[in-house]
Amino acid sequence: MNSDYYISSFCSIKNNTISLNGSKVYSDENIEFSEFIKAAYKSLNTNYPKFFKMDALSKLAFLAADVLLKNENLNSEEENDIAIVFSNKASSLDTDRKHQKSIDNEEDYFPSPAVFVYTLPNICIGEISIKYKLFSENSFFIFENFNAQHLLDYSSSLLATGKTDKVLCGWVELDGDQYDAYLYLVTKTGTTTHNKKNIIKFYNT
Amino acid sequence: MSKVYLSYNNIVSSLGFDSKTVVNNIHNEVSGLQLVEDKSKFSQPIISSIIDEKTLSDSFAKLKAEGNFTRLEQMMLTSLNSVIEASKIPLTKRVGLIVSTTKGNIDVLDKNSEFPKERAYLDVLGQVIKDFFKFQNDAIVVSNACVSGVLALAVAKRYIKSGVYDHVFIVSGDMVTKFILSGFNSFQALSSERCKPYCKNRTGINIGEVAASVFVTNDKLNLAEEAVTILGEGSCNDANHISGPSRTGEGLFRSIKSAIKEANITNERIDYISAHGTATPFNDEMEAIAFNRLGLGEVPLNSLKGYFGHTLGASGLLETIIGMHSLNNNTLYTSLGFEELGVSQPINVITQTTTKKMDIFLKTASGFGGSNLAAIFKKVNNE
Repeated sequence: MNSDYYISSFCSIKNNTISLNGSKVYSDENIEFSEFIKAAYKSLNTNYPKFFKMDALSKLAFLAADVLLKNENLNSEEENDIAIVFSNKASSLDTDRKHQKSIDNEEDYFPSPAVFVYTLPNICIGEISIKYKLFSENSFFIFENFNAQHLLDYSSSLLATGKTDKVLCGWVELDGDQYDAYLYLVTKTGTTTHNKKNIIKFYNT
Repeated sequence: MSKVYLSYNNIVSSLGFDSKTVVNNIHNEVSGLQLVEDKSKFSQPIISSIIDEKTLSDSFAKLKAEGNFTRLEQMMLTSLNSVIEASKIPLTKRVGLIVSTTKGNIDVLDKNSEFPKERAYLDVLGQVIKDFFKFQNDAIVVSNACVSGVLALAVAKRYIKSGVYDHVFIVSGDMVTKFILSGFNSFQALSSERCKPYCKNRTGINIGEVAASVFVTNDKLNLAEEAVTILGEGSCNDANHISGPSRTGEGLFRSIKSAIKEANITNERIDYISAHGTATPFNDEMEAIAFNRLGLGEVPLNSLKGYFGHTLGASGLLETIIGMHSLNNNTLYTSLGFEELGVSQPINVITQTTTKKMDIFLKTASGFGGSNLAAIFKKVNNE
């Protein structure tokens, strides 16, 4: 499928490293995800206290989106029409297991709304929408593996039908100590063509 | 551009295992909500609509499936099977499969579950459904909180309009589990009596379970009698709060506006609104504000939560199917549980099942994460 759209930037968080457009912006060796993401938050001057209330998946997705969108120099005075299309394999299972643990035993029963609210994968989209005031289209899909074809088809369709100006899309996977985030922004102008080859190339960067 | 139709459909629920039976029960104002004192569901008595175990296993046995299937899989396979049969469509490369759910097989995380924990992954659920019917394409799983069911329709429409598929089967399902009940209970959102959407005396939600399926197609031939065409849809975020709705109904307002714009109709053309109406104080108030901002305060409206409770990710598809039958029967069904208006803006809640000639309806849904969805459907049988 030929595309009239472009990838303006991409960001990834994996292997204790955060990269923007292929260049490392933060790295920290040999620490667990929860420590890594907090250290990255501080190092990148994120300055958004709500971050600390988020579950691990939302922290991962939020920071990846924040690194990418900050670099886009969006005008915060104006409304930005950016749709969000995310995907992963494990949905919100990491937090689901925490909620399940809190209800497993009647003697040790402590379900919490602060945990339960994160038992949905699209909550991370809500977090990003709140920070960037995005009143836009959003959807969360689950696939066994990163699915470039689906992201390409779906984001192209949103742009072609005038539902949005830009699409922030990608893969945000967090499952126990495994994590992998890759987000990219699809726009109507630019130089790097929005096609399957480039989506996969940047994913593997 | 070619049209996209919603055609053959099925509902597996406490009110019956096919859409016609379910709609008949709604016509007779029968609610599936009952007092449930089953400790395996929840430690305290709840009001819920639960699918009867024996009816489900008898219906599922007719599919002659080999292997072990979870309760949700049995619900979804039973529902989708009847729609695939009714459509008479061979499952070629041109046929897509969308599975929509919020929590899927979440009950396998329970320590007493006999199923492997792997079954909790939603892509595995998609694979089970794909393999059972031998779809040629992988399932697209949509999991976007309580708007999942209507979002699946929007996704199917986009896939068909962009030429990826000619037909898409959607199956949507969610279950009543300890996982869900304990969570909503921790929010103090559960009502101890039958829910009362938009009512002054509403005290919260009931959780229910259902599987619903629909055949979505670009082929105008051989449509079901109750088929509708999807004129427009929109899904917009509140950008306000992750667990509470916007006080101004911003996301819902924008979603409806976007759907109306795409449908290219005036607001006056909308004959009926199948609203979300969970019966929590904030949700229902938010909806009334959004509808009034769009001048839709006088359009007859109902919430079907009084019949099924809130069936989470499946609710939007379930309620769209009832809406299709509502148009076809030219009947507005009463918003069960409603006594006296309890929102600050005027809305026209249906208090008596009545006949009315109808052509177009609006379906809305809202959910956690600030998600909202609106879709507009038009009758096809009189075109």
